Amino acid sequence: MLNLARKDLLLLAGFIIAVAAGPVIMTPLGLDYPDILQKFAIFGIFAIGFNILFGLTGYLSFGHAAFLGVGSYTAVWSFKLFSMNPLPAIIFSVILAGLFSALIGFVSLRRSGIYFSILTLAFAQMSYNLAYSVLTPITNGETGLQLEQADPRWLDTAVFGLDYGAALPSSSLFGVSMTGYPGFYFCAALLVICFYISIRIFRSPFGMVLKAVSSNQNRLNYTGINTRPYTLTAFIISGMYAGLAGGLLAVTDPLAGAERMQWTASGEVVLMTILGGTGTLLGPVLGAGIIKGAEAKLSQYNDSILTGFYDFLPETLQHAMVSISGLFVGEGWHLTLGAAFMLVVIFLPGGVMEGVRRIGRLFSKRKRGSGDAASQPAE
Amino acid sequence: MDDLLLQFLNGLDKGGAYALIALGLTLIFGTLGVVNFAHGALFMLGAFCAVTMRFLLGTSFDTISATKKDFLGNPLVEETPYVIHWFGNVGHAMIEYSVPVSILLAIPVMLLIGIALERGLIRFFYKRPHAEQILVTFGLAIVIQELVKSQFGANPIPQPPPDAARGMIDFGVMLGFAPGTVPYPTWRLVYLLFSLSIIGAVFSFLQFTTFGMVVRAGMADRETVGLLGINIGKRFTIVFGIAAVVAGLAGVMYTPILPPDYHMGMDFLVLSFVVVVVGGMGSLGGAVAAGFLLGILQSFTSMNEVKSLFPGIDQIIIYLIAVVILLVRPRGLMGRKGVME
Repeated sequence: MLNLARKDLLLLAGFIIAVAAGPVIMTPLGLDYPDILQKFAIFGIFAIGFNILFGLTGYLSFGHAAFLGVGSYTAVWSFKLFSMNPLPAIIFSVILAGLFSALIGFVSLRRSGIYFSILTLAFAQMSYNLAYSVLTPITNGETGLQLEQADPRWLDTAVFGLDYGAALPSSSLFGVSMTGYPGFYFCAALLVICFYISIRIFRSPFGMVLKAVSSNQNRLNYTGINTRPYTLTAFIISGMYAGLAGGLLAVTDPLAGAERMQWTASGEVVLMTILGGTGTLLGPVLGAGIIKGAEAKLSQYNDSILTGFYDFLPETLQHAMVSISGLFVGEGWHLTLGAAFMLVVIFLPGGVMEGVRRIGRLFSKRKRGSGDAASQPAE
Repeated sequence: MDDLLLQFLNGLDKGGAYALIALGLTLIFGTLGVVNFAHGALFMLGAFCAVTMRFLLGTSFDTISATKKDFLGNPLVEETPYVIHWFGNVGHAMIEYSVPVSILLAIPVMLLIGIALERGLIRFFYKRPHAEQILVTFGLAIVIQELVKSQFGANPIPQPPPDAARGMIDFGVMLGFAPGTVPYPTWRLVYLLFSLSIIGAVFSFLQFTTFGMVVRAGMADRETVGLLGINIGKRFTIVFGIAAVVAGLAGVMYTPILPPDYHMGMDFLVLSFVVVVVGGMGSLGGAVAAGFLLGILQSFTSMNEVKSLFPGIDQIIIYLIAVVILLVRPRGLMGRKGVME
């Protein structure tokens, strides 16, 4: 079914169930409000796309936020000019981000290793700087691009005869407003589709070539395979994923700003992918969920909550603990992010997924060890 | 013509900062083979050494003035910094010159931080791929940045230059232009001279001392130097410390030009990496030359005449040059053949 092996089918089914039940699963964590769930889905898509490039080919791009930004701007422009329907918006986002990434990828992929990272970084910074300065007519500079009442929206007004009246319209899919839970399920459906495509890419001959690029590109060249078209395709696909994510950000909240393109935003998707597990199917989604969830949770805490938390300690110790852990929460949650990220890179380069696998292996080894300890391999 | 001269001068001090950071990056890359994304954070730490020094020098005690009254008629509480109480006029001068004095604090602090980082973290990453080095130092940069933010707050903290270096130097007069056409802030000139002397010091250290000779030999062929019975790892640790000091000093002296805040390191880091790539990975001379070159180019393109021809060119010129260089001459302006090509 769906051209998937049994194992992958189970994975996909489990994934669909987990995503559909997202609001229920997140309730114990207190993260069951639609805004954060939308973020999980959107950044999940972003990270899955990044993983297709970085996880498979090993090319570390530090400029993917540029495509996210392009997607956001395109979607808002589509809202302004054509229709408040999210479908044309995200289609335009994906196409434009794809074209943009084809351009950048064509140039950047001529180099590899750290030069590739710096080239993509340079391109992303260029787009960021331009979006802030010269492209202000398109991007609205520092204020960010927003909807206005006077926008033409000619598809809505001329074809469908919709009139939004005096209020600013919100995006709606054939009458269903894209805020709250409908918005989440819209993003979630796209997340599932993206996940399915990513499984297919991982299992395809194309994916095999990409994996070969990451393990030994020279040998692949000697075999007579020109790797550039393959890596470029991977780059464009991951750029389109980023564009889709950017478009969805605009769908759920119709505004776009240049800060989405800054290189720290590119760094964030790298963090998500690594934290979850590079080159694994589920890892990036997990990483995106962990980082966005931690951001939402940790930035809520403040000193008074912490004081309550350490209530059982004697007073001096309580003060010390509050001031120490106060560094890591609230405004300082980036510190937690940085520290957790360092620990993961140092001790667990495969991310959370490798941790899960290690624990699993620990159990299976113990079981096997007790079962057939006597049997020795034949020499 | 005078415009050109002014822009040229303006580019030099920024170029000096780029050159100093890029020099440290290249030193680390050339000796240890590590791509250090935390180098911008070291620059920022240096700048905050100046902030700390000014705070320490300004620490004062309160005395109740015998003669002066405040506006309510109560005796005025006067704050006397300890250094002035202890040293008198010398203390005044120390507060006045707090930025240069901070160098005394920055050198040992940055050396210690550098060596601690190398021993505690970086040395475990020599054998790992470049991507992981980038990632772990990127994480480290975030941690350093956030710690600084939690201690010093998120707002820029302006640092005044000494009074003597506060004004303008009228360069045009020396070259025969009308007075007032080429005004140049004195502190920028100080910074330029300072960065040139640091660069000179690093180069002569590497060129004329035995230690430097060993380090250069180690950069060329680490194994062979090790086989000669020299503990090259220890030397390279010290080189990392020196690179940290260079970045820190660049930060200390830059504070009067740009009020330090916690993310200034990240801003400079990206540019310095571009500088290193343009100059050539592992080439010290290239890093310095490219630093000044890009600083001056950036300054030229911010002229109105150029901007009206190519709108926005001043924002992207550095990146544009990096892209062209990487595609046309991958080893950079002065890179050696075969090094990271």
